[in-house]
This record gives sequence, C-alpha cells and structure tokens, in this order.
Amino acid sequence: MNLYFKYFRMLLNSQMQYRASFWLLCIGQFFTPFVMFAGMYFLFERFGQIKGWDFFEVALCFAVIHMAFSICECLARGFDSFSNLVIKGEFDRILVRPRSTVLQILGSNIEFTRVGRLMQSAIVLIWAVRNIAVDWDFFKLTTLFFMVTGGVFIFTGIFILAAAMCFWTVQGLEVANVFTDGGKEMAQYPLNIYQKWIIRFFTYVIPFGCVNYLPLLYILGKSNGGSDLLYMMMPAAGILFILPCLAVWHFGVRHYRSTGS
Amino acid sequence: MIKVEGLGKSFKVAKRTEGLRQSVRSLFHREYTTVQALKDISFSIEPGEIVGYIGPNGAGKSTTIKIMSGILVPDQGSCSIMGYTPWKERVAYVKNIGVVFGQRSQLWWDVPVIDSFELLRDIYKVAPQDYKQNVELLVETLHLQDILYSPVRQLSLGQRMRCEIAASLIHSPQILFLDEPTIGLDAVSKLAVRQFIKTINKEKGITVILTTHDMNDIEALANRVILIGRGSLLFDGNLNELRSKFGTQKTIVADYQQNVNPIQIPNASIVSWTPERAILNVDTNKAVISEVITQLSDQLELIDVSIEGKPIEEIVLQLYKEYQI
Repeated sequence: MNLYFKYFRMLLNSQMQYRASFWLLCIGQFFTPFVMFAGMYFLFERFGQIKGWDFFEVALCFAVIHMAFSICECLARGFDSFSNLVIKGEFDRILVRPRSTVLQILGSNIEFTRVGRLMQSAIVLIWAVRNIAVDWDFFKLTTLFFMVTGGVFIFTGIFILAAAMCFWTVQGLEVANVFTDGGKEMAQYPLNIYQKWIIRFFTYVIPFGCVNYLPLLYILGKSNGGSDLLYMMMPAAGILFILPCLAVWHFGVRHYRSTGS
Repeated sequence: MIKVEGLGKSFKVAKRTEGLRQSVRSLFHREYTTVQALKDISFSIEPGEIVGYIGPNGAGKSTTIKIMSGILVPDQGSCSIMGYTPWKERVAYVKNIGVVFGQRSQLWWDVPVIDSFELLRDIYKVAPQDYKQNVELLVETLHLQDILYSPVRQLSLGQRMRCEIAASLIHSPQILFLDEPTIGLDAVSKLAVRQFIKTINKEKGITVILTTHDMNDIEALANRVILIGRGSLLFDGNLNELRSKFGTQKTIVADYQQNVNPIQIPNASIVSWTPERAILNVDTNKAVISEVITQLSDQLELIDVSIEGKPIEEIVLQLYKEYQI
C-alpha cells in the first residue's frame, strides 16, 4: 500500500509536467458525463418519471455508477491500457521486479484527469442526496459509500479481465467496452426498467444491480418487506466479483509470451 | 550458481498472409507455424563469471535471458539459479537479479533520475543505509553527479544507459543480466560501460551475463563465450579456445631489405609480394609459426615482422557461416 502511494506521487509529478494538457483534459472529462446528465434531466422534464422512479432517485443511481466508473478509470487505468504495456514490452520489466504484478500495473498508470469526471458525479450525488425524499441515517450513508466501492471493484474486475485477454491476443479486446461502457450506460438507470434477461445478466453475471439497484431499493424504502440487512450487504457481491477476475489474471500471466528482442 | 538443462521453447506464430482477401480470411481462420526458439540448451555458470552470450539476430539469446530472469516459462527443461526456479518462485527470485534491456528503459521518463532510484528503493525494499551507500558508489563510479536531477527524457542515450545500469544495481543483485547494454552508444560511453561492468564484477563479485553484437564488448569483458544459433548451443568455452579452434589462420607481414628473388616457404600461402614486403597466410594447424619465420629470415634480411590473428569479429562471422545461421 505504501508503495502504491509512492507510485501515485511519481505519476502525479509526471503528469504535472504537462500542466496545460492536464487542465484541458480535466475540463473535458467534466463535461462528457455532464452532457449525458443534461439529457437525462430533460427526459424527466418531459415525462416526469420512469416506472415510478423520479428524477432525483435516478440521479442518485446515475451518480453512484459514474462515480465508481471515474474512480476506477483513474486508479485502474493501468489495466485499461495494459495492451500498451504488452506491446511495448514493458510488462517484462514488471515481471523482473519482486512485487505483485497487480500492484505494479495499478502503479504503472494513474489517470488524474478523471478527477474532472469525478467532480461532476460528486456534484450530482450531493444534489440528489439533498433533494431526495429520504431520511438519511448512518446505515443509509454507509450503504451509499459501499455502493460506490462495490462499483469500483466491478469496473476494475472487468478491466482486469480485458487486460488478461491480452495474454492470448496481444491486442486489447474492444469487446470489454461492451461491459464497461455498456454496463455503465445500463446501470445509470434503475435496472427494473429493462427486460428480464438484462436484469438477470447484470445481477448474476456482472453484478451491477447489486451495487446499485438493489441497495437503492433499501435506501428509498422500496424493498417491499425484504430484509434490509440483505439489501445493505448486496454491494459485497461487487467486491467478490473481482476474485474470479484476479484468478483469470494470474492464469494469464503464465501464458505471457513477451515480444521482440 | 546457474544451472540450465535441456531448455526448450517454441512459439506459435500466425502465418502471414498476402492480399486483402487473404487478410480478411485470416480474421476467421488462421494458420499457425511453430517456431522452435530454443532447443536443448544446457550450460552452467559459476559465481563471479562474466559470460558473453552471442549469436545472430533471432538466435534465441533474448528468449534465454527472459527464461532465466523469470519472464517466460519454457516448454521443456529445467533451470536452477541460486536454488530458485525463476518462473516458479518469481518474487523471491528476482530480488537477487538485476536486468538491463538495452532497448527499453526502466526509468520513469518524466521525472528526475534520482526519483526513479528512490522508487526502485521502495520496490526492492532496500534498507536506507544500503541505499545511500549504493547510490553514492554508483554516482561516483558512473559519473552521474550532473545528471542525477535531470528528467530522463532530457538525457542522451549514453547518459541514460549509465543510469539504467545504476538503476539495476540499487538492490545489490548477485547476478546481472545485460541484454545489449552497448547498443547505440558512442565509443566513449561504450568504454565507460565496459569499464564499469568489469569493476563491479571484480569488486563485488557480481556474476554477469551479457548478450551483444559488439565483439569488442566480448573481448573486453568476457572470459567465456556461449554461442547460440537457431536455438541450439554451438560453442561454450573461453575466448582463447574459440580463437585456437576457429582462428587458426594467421597473417604474417614481413618487411625486408630489397630482394628480387621470390621467396619459397612451404605450408604458407603468399598473399602479396613486392621486393620490400611480403604478406603470408599461415594455418597453424599445418605449419608452426616460428618455423615459418626461421625460413623467412634464412631467405631474407628481415627488418620487421608482425603476426596477426583473425579478429574475433571475423571468427564469429565465419562460425555463423559454417553453421549456416
């Protein structure tokens, strides 16, 4: 962990070498999801609600998933851009250092400009929390915190899986974006507005529903008599999701073929 | 210290296809050919040796280094280095080795060199006392004082290479793998790098394994050469052995008082002849050098004689040809 902060500082120093580009990217990152959010706002302006969900409830859903995604893109960028490490042969270097590969890859790239996106979703989150019809207590706030954490783990897990594919194909698989970007698009709305099979997929296979929709039912008091504790614990599924991903990763490392001389 | 036995590794390579139609087809169906990168490689290296690992491009040098440093897993064979199997006990093993890839940097591009060193200290968990000592020594012997605080991207290749080598020694490894450490360097930097490798080998007893295409590196550093071609081990021995085995052709240049009669030397072929100077080729397997010179001095009034062996560069070239690699 200590080492991770050292990497963090080093990369921050590096990126600050290019100040103008840093600020421009930050601002760009701020506005990308902002446009999406504005679209959502006007949608609700027109229709009032979707399947019994009002604007601020959906905004909370949106904020949680976007916050998780931006934190993950910031911290787990190394896995996202892992194919570059393989192509340039820098993964060789990682293997000859006596630390875990996962830690070193996390430390290989941190995308600080995603802070812009994080700011945007944080603002939406605070706005939604203050305007929503919920009595916030310690448990609900804790649940909210773990929803974001669980989301970060799911996105990281998908990034790791996609990175592990590089051991067999070298080129990063764009297919993974279907699950990261696609999952993000899907999960920014409450899952029950979708078809059954989509709900099932995003609950049991990639458990976005567990970090978002299900605990949200508890927070909003829509759980219809289900055990509150069970709903609160749901984000744990997101954290568990990373375990099989790490297993695939470690299996993949043994198949690494390296490149060039 | 290092024991490699029966190492083999093959790669599956997708067949290249030509033309648009073939390219599209290869999206769906690919044909693979297997390339045997290493075949039955065995050798052992004692502590404190400097070993030159040579061979033409694509011979399998880098593959061997990568297996020995735990990056690649071989298909066959075993490799035991300091009691570790590199690819099985990676984390415990790599603490003991330093690796320099001449073509790739291990320094962080945008920050001063000293920051990279400090991060490496944390990666390898080097004790502060040892770190201080090592860096002081490295800075002094590699003359890094002036470049320690410049960002890596501003360094010249020679400066960077010196920093690379320093960076790979911060954790006091016992074995140092150098993959083409002098590639692209100018003469001064090359000499500095060689001198430094020699010093650390002598003073710290670090075992050095280096691959190179520059035979001067080998001549300056390695007492032992391992030659590999098309994945097979072709020669393993010291440099003199290589010379006496393959470099049996000697060239004798003789200057003498004017002499118009052509000379007659058995077992030597005359390459060129003038009334003042003769150049002869002698195969030491067939003739003894001293006898040839005796013959010469009997027939001529010698002023000067010089004997030259084949440069190691040419011997290796001849070997590549002989083995058709």
